[in-house]
Amino acid sequence: MKTESKLEKVLASGALAVTSEVGPPRGALPEKVKEKASLIKDHVDAINVTDNQTAMVRMSSWAAGVIIKQMGLDPILQMVTRDRNRLAMQSDIIGAYSMGINTMMCLSGDHVKFGDHPMANGVFDLDSIQLVQAVRKMRDEGKFQGGADIKSPPKMFIGAAANPFADPFELRVMRLAKKVKAGADFIQTQCIFNLDKFEKYMEMVCDRGLDQQVHLLAGITPMKSAGMARYMKNKVPGMDVPDEVIKRMEGVSKEEQPEEGIKIAIESIQRLKEAKGVHGFHIMAIEWEEKVPQIVEKAGLFPRPVL
Amino acid sequence: MENFEPEIVAFCCHYCAYTAADMAGSKRISYPPNVKIIRVPCTGKVDAIHIMKALEKGADGVYVAGCLEGDCHFKNGNTRARYRVEHVQKYLEELGWETDRVAMINMSAGMGEFFARTALEFTQKIKLLGPSPIKRINIDKNQKAVSE
Amino acid sequence: MITAEQKPLSEIIEYISPYDRILLVGCNECVTVCAAGGRKEVGLLSSALNLHFLKQGRTIDIKEMTLERQCDPEYVEELVSEIDRADAILSMACGCGVQTIAERYKEKPVFPAVNTKFMGASESQGIWAERCRGCGDCLLGITGGICPVARCSKQLLNGPCGGTSNGMCEISPDVECAWCLIWERLKALGMEKRYEEIMEAKDWRPAGGGGPRKIIREDLSL
Repeated sequence: MKTESKLEKVLASGALAVTSEVGPPRGALPEKVKEKASLIKDHVDAINVTDNQTAMVRMSSWAAGVIIKQMGLDPILQMVTRDRNRLAMQSDIIGAYSMGINTMMCLSGDHVKFGDHPMANGVFDLDSIQLVQAVRKMRDEGKFQGGADIKSPPKMFIGAAANPFADPFELRVMRLAKKVKAGADFIQTQCIFNLDKFEKYMEMVCDRGLDQQVHLLAGITPMKSAGMARYMKNKVPGMDVPDEVIKRMEGVSKEEQPEEGIKIAIESIQRLKEAKGVHGFHIMAIEWEEKVPQIVEKAGLFPRPVL
Repeated sequence: MENFEPEIVAFCCHYCAYTAADMAGSKRISYPPNVKIIRVPCTGKVDAIHIMKALEKGADGVYVAGCLEGDCHFKNGNTRARYRVEHVQKYLEELGWETDRVAMINMSAGMGEFFARTALEFTQKIKLLGPSPIKRINIDKNQKAVSE
Repeated sequence: MITAEQKPLSEIIEYISPYDRILLVGCNECVTVCAAGGRKEVGLLSSALNLHFLKQGRTIDIKEMTLERQCDPEYVEELVSEIDRADAILSMACGCGVQTIAERYKEKPVFPAVNTKFMGASESQGIWAERCRGCGDCLLGITGGICPVARCSKQLLNGPCGGTSNGMCEISPDVECAWCLIWERLKALGMEKRYEEIMEAKDWRPAGGGGPRKIIREDLSL
């Protein structure tokens, strides 16, 4: 084991891991964090805490992570390079680790343009791959990115994101290889609706032997409505929603659509359980966290292993 | 403002607008004497600064008259002129002047009646707008002096 | 070249209103190329300012001059013959020029008439686009001649991010994804292998992170 991370232990045991997300509130509302975490706590191995998602200011992910840790759960600290320079990032990592957080994700972050402070200067001192390198250097060499020794280095289990559907497609596996080379221990993908394309991607991933070097968790998002499906297809960059999925959602009445969306999510998990190289699932049910337990159970991933 | 006679400068291209003006003259179609014609080989020769200087020297209105779109004798001189007229209009907007004081007009050489009509319409429009803002101050000053 | 755009007239008028005699100085280099502050633009701005002040019944004395460059002391020295007849200077050059004038003529207020924008190149007539951020450590040799520092919205050195859509950046369908461009170039040059090499974290000191920068060439000083 490289770290004390529960996620690492679950993955190492060969079981399929399950993670989900909690988005911190847009204010000093620790109760909200506890509420959302409570909804999913028995059905996941670890909980992602997003970092100023879509460039909207929220409670910082390490603070929300500490709240979750103090509930006895396992947070995954998400850190974007958009808002902090390398000093602040390393400083926050040491701080978070000192508060018991041992798993993190390294991301670039959505552009400030999308959020509530488009006039801000995006930092981008490092990119996500350079951040992965820096965190690995802290953990395995006990050195800061700048080279000095760290007294009591943080031992983080390092994650990164992958989007099999953004273009150009041919680059996606090479990009994954780069993240693995940089030191990523686990990967969470963007939500998957085009299962054929994803299976093809996984074939390419395994061809390169990357499944032996990194744990990949497939991203799953249940659709609430046909409108949401269409929105994701047309308005969200890097998203691939096949027409059959839209048709399926449109094919049932409005009241039945949420249930259909959940059914599609469960079916996707069941199909991808068989895909070589998929080591778990990351269920993103934004503002619909209460459905996560149902999805996990119906997909046959409950109860979660106790280690 | 009853006796206000606008001073209008019209940059007319030799091949179309000026010829149309000539035709109006030979057909005895009258147009207001307020319009002072300046003949140019092509409206593409007219630069933004020429329009600005005309206004600076007190013209109440300026228009640039060239060939019909697509028919410019020099291919796209009239298009360049139109862009420059629009550039001047942007300045006028920023200065709080009426952008209608400046215009781009297109016609063919045979449109004598049209030339006379547009000259009349433009003059009437400027009459309604009143004297150039730079003259207005002086007129106000004079009127004040008279009433006192 | 350095690109610039004229400031709104209302802002320029606010700067110079307190003064009666203005020295309006253009520049024959970059701002001429992007039609923001060359001889032509000096004439137009002078005319526009006259129109404004005449409307208020006020005459303002504007002396127009266009220097070869405003970023060299030798050229800025040419203003010395006019400087005493001016109450203020309005410069249409980029920030470099405005500051060189201010440094030389310390007793006269200097105002910028343009907003300096970016270092860029012409894409086609009338369109200039950002190309260089002056990072001081040019890596164009390994990115197929396309700069990720200037052209990637997140200045990623190991891009693209997950937001590309049809080869365009997530911030706008009109902005090309620099990394898609880089990838296409690397393919065309047979240099795909380079893509998998990780570009290490950038040292931002040459880019200005270490403070205002200077180049000193002692062999060129007399």
